[in-house]
Amino acid sequence: MHRTRQALAAAAAIGLLAATACTSETPDEPAPEDDQSTAESGDEWFDQAEYDRQLEQRGIEPEGDPAAPWLQAIEPEWVDTAEYAQEGGDHTVCFSNASVSNPWRVTGWITMQQQVEVLQDEGRIGEFRHSDAADDDDQQISDIQAFVDSGDCDAIIISPSTTATLTPAVETACASGVPVVVFDRGVNTDCAVTFIHPIGGYAFGADAAEFLVDELEPGSTVLALRILPGVDVLEHRWAAAQEVFADSDLEILGNEFTGGDAAEIKNIVTQYLQRGDVDGIWMDAGDGAVAAVEAFEDAGQPYPVMSGEDELSFMRKWDETGMTAIAPVYSNFQWRTPVLAASMILSGEEVPAEWVLPQEPITEAELDDYLDRNADMPSLHYAKFGGEDLPGFPDAWRDR
Amino acid sequence: MSVRRLDTTALIYLALLGVVAVGGIAVAADGGNLFSPANLGDMFTRTSLTGFLAIGMTLVILCRSLDLSVGYTAALSSLVAATTMDGQVANIPLGIAAVLLVSGLVGAANGAIVAYLGVNPFITTLGVGLIIKGYLDTQYRGPAGDVPRDFQRFGYDGIAHIPVSTLVMLAVAAAGIWFLRSTRTGHHMYAVGGNIDVARMSGIRTDRTLMTAHILCGMCAGLAGLLLASRFGTGSAEVYTNLYELDAIAAVVLGGTLLLGGRGGVAGTVAGVAILAVLDTVFNVLQVDPFAKDVLRGAIIIAAVAIYARRQIDRSARRPRFTAADAAPTPGRPA
Amino acid sequence: MSRLRSAAAALAGGGTGTVFALLIAIFAVVAAVNPGFFEAPSLMAFLKQAAPLVILAAGQYFVIVSGNFDLSVGALVGAQVVIAARLIDGEESRTLPVIGLMLLFGAAVGLANGLITTALKVQSFITTLGMLLVLYGAIRLWTGGAPTGSLSESFREAGRMGIENVPLLGQIPWALLIMLALGAGAVQLMRTRFGRVLIATGDNELATARSGGRVDTVRTTAFVLSGLSATVAGILIGGFAGVSAQVGEGMEFTVITAVVLGGVVLGGGQGSVVAAMGGALTLEALFTLFNQLALPASLRPSVQGAIIIAAVAYAARQRRLTSRKPQREARPLTATPS
Repeated sequence: MHRTRQALAAAAAIGLLAATACTSETPDEPAPEDDQSTAESGDEWFDQAEYDRQLEQRGIEPEGDPAAPWLQAIEPEWVDTAEYAQEGGDHTVCFSNASVSNPWRVTGWITMQQQVEVLQDEGRIGEFRHSDAADDDDQQISDIQAFVDSGDCDAIIISPSTTATLTPAVETACASGVPVVVFDRGVNTDCAVTFIHPIGGYAFGADAAEFLVDELEPGSTVLALRILPGVDVLEHRWAAAQEVFADSDLEILGNEFTGGDAAEIKNIVTQYLQRGDVDGIWMDAGDGAVAAVEAFEDAGQPYPVMSGEDELSFMRKWDETGMTAIAPVYSNFQWRTPVLAASMILSGEEVPAEWVLPQEPITEAELDDYLDRNADMPSLHYAKFGGEDLPGFPDAWRDR
Repeated sequence: MSVRRLDTTALIYLALLGVVAVGGIAVAADGGNLFSPANLGDMFTRTSLTGFLAIGMTLVILCRSLDLSVGYTAALSSLVAATTMDGQVANIPLGIAAVLLVSGLVGAANGAIVAYLGVNPFITTLGVGLIIKGYLDTQYRGPAGDVPRDFQRFGYDGIAHIPVSTLVMLAVAAAGIWFLRSTRTGHHMYAVGGNIDVARMSGIRTDRTLMTAHILCGMCAGLAGLLLASRFGTGSAEVYTNLYELDAIAAVVLGGTLLLGGRGGVAGTVAGVAILAVLDTVFNVLQVDPFAKDVLRGAIIIAAVAIYARRQIDRSARRPRFTAADAAPTPGRPA
Repeated sequence: MSRLRSAAAALAGGGTGTVFALLIAIFAVVAAVNPGFFEAPSLMAFLKQAAPLVILAAGQYFVIVSGNFDLSVGALVGAQVVIAARLIDGEESRTLPVIGLMLLFGAAVGLANGLITTALKVQSFITTLGMLLVLYGAIRLWTGGAPTGSLSESFREAGRMGIENVPLLGQIPWALLIMLALGAGAVQLMRTRFGRVLIATGDNELATARSGGRVDTVRTTAFVLSGLSATVAGILIGGFAGVSAQVGEGMEFTVITAVVLGGVVLGGGQGSVVAAMGGALTLEALFTLFNQLALPASLRPSVQGAIIIAAVAYAARQRRLTSRKPQREARPLTATPS
């Protein structure tokens, strides 16, 4: 009796395992509607038109002052915002932040607060309210609803935590009649007055991959290190890299998820090095890049050709070792733009409907310059943070 | 017994009242009004999701089990809902049915492994959660499916400032209270959590009771997934990163249910959920730094449970089940 | 023959040989896939990298066997690395004082966990969950959201370097030696009166208290030991890979899984510290195996979950079959009898 039950339970458990493990091969398992999503999942994140557009945008000279890249725009289509113009300068600006859960967002958030202080001192905006959703989409939806329901916000800035899931909430915010500014990740609606972002993930991933293709001999091996699956900005980077690598003679050894954890990165790279040579490292973000470099040092192997990010710890390591590397940039200075845009909209000034900020990788030639400019900054700071002219510089970023 | 349970529950509602009062005063001192319709609506909205998860969690914890897979189940359910509905209003009932089936099956798998294979629930549900995570990561590289507008109203509409989702959650809570107080299986859950050996000896089919609790917990996670799908307009695998399971467990324990099982109930859990929601709203209105929020939340959870623990332990010292279970081994007791 | 068997049983802590069988099986597959793995350098690299989890598992073992949980260790490991980077800030001379301070901090966190659990009677799951939140938030409040400063070379020595040019082995990592020393210390500790009272406490709190065991003291000590093990793990991980914002995240679940995989029963009273550390080694070996097999990264959690459940189910069955005495029937125990 007892034994049969155990057998039954084991069967149930194995059945669950089988159901979950096997469906990747047999897409017709659970619900017929799944077919579509599975069929797409391979290249779900690749959009040829958008990819071509981003690669082209890299070569376009942005409009505006190159000394203030956060106000530059690539091929802007200016829209009239007279309907949102308000008298006076004490407008309440509300900001729904996805999170400050990584150093890139921490750096940007400091920059934004510094920019807000300047605008407040200039009398262009009044109160600045913010909420932080700690990467929880559902919580961010509530945060946005709370701003709308309070009725106190004259403009709402949103940095969505995920593209698709925040779309209904952004639409709700737009429907309330106040101007909405979206930045960083987008949403699947163009109801916002302006959507601010650097060129994008495809350009980032392609910059990195093209560098490896150029610098490495044909037949060389490349290991791809990724943070986690399913996040659009990161998936776009990898999708672009796959596109570039597919046309090259490089051999991709594997793509591994690391959680951005340095210990995990070092462990994985060490294991790959035990099995054979790794000539190049491609990363979808610079978090923990130094650990990857150290794995080569500790294994007594020559430095790889590497793409990291404009995070200072990586750039300093790059400088120290003299390795061949590039720092693709997902322009951190974009955190200044949304508050500036909100103040422009509230004064009735024109803004681009889609505000595409420049996004250029840091190459070997510029390395020293950026290291000098950020000499005082902590190691998990981002070189292109664009706050050097703000009054709080450098203390606000250095002694945070 | 029921008078005593009411006692604990009353204490928890007093604690909720205290949190509301302190929060209200703090917000007023800051020049705001915690009880404005907007803030009240916000508080209610924030109760729904944790509420669904915590109600189910209450049942398994009462049985001295645990479910760490609910976050993954909710993520899976949101995808099942969105892909099954696929933008068609006509598919809404099918979507709901599919979610309840899938989430119930996950719960059944948890229950079977715990009850029949004798695996500790912590490991069982962590393992099942990992299995689901692997499936989601492999199968869904991002959001999938499309939730029709009509179903999105479940997540966005309200009746007189109370969100529909909160009303549904409260209805499920009421059903849970009735289930625990008035059905045999409900009573059995207390017995199983109190002392599974004694429960078995007194003729309770403890395996079935555990299975039922886990299946219901899975289905509650399914409801949470439906709510997520309706609010997102799509299904999202990524929500499993939010550690909803820990929120739910915290809410259950805040609501006075013992992690050791056998004591507590859904009414307290609702208060526990409400306490967390009020804190969230107050922190937001007061613009508390996101990291300070974590510190405060952690400290408040510990402090609140320390206050209840004082009373519960005093009382449990007089209760026979601990001493009976811990008495010298009774030789020849049937397995 | 029977003596051999009982010796094996004693080593595995009474019928928890499953974990070592699993470890051997995993290594066998690794050897089949990549014989080069068992050459000294890669084996040493594996042990170096596995050492922090093994040490954490020993610390967690004390807490679990006495009937509690410590969910705060992952956050504590992260906090320690961040504290080290900020306070050392690249100055070699500060290394030792800061390590001393970190040990004090780790002990203090453990003491707080222990006192809240024993004196205030808060269930350890909640105590340490709260502590996790407090540590996570407080450390980021202190550093403004992301780690600042940097570690000194000498701080990194323990986790990254070793004794060089050893015949046959090449480099013997310091981490391995630290792991062996602490492991031996843990085994010795479990042989003292403290160890016996600790297990007795997890097995039967009331009887232990009646027979004069200082239940609250040993439980609190267990938390302090766990805090200290997290500190050492933090020193090794920080040394191994440097500072990053994500250090330690999720480690609490990995380490509890490792300990249970080692046959230690949640709820207390059963299992050996060697098996707990073996569980950690097995889990690390499993991750290595996934890597060697080039299993798609997204599928790995599923396989991991299935293997863990299967192993623990098998062990539970063995326990039921071997211990025919009815009073210790394996039954689901979630939490602490505190």
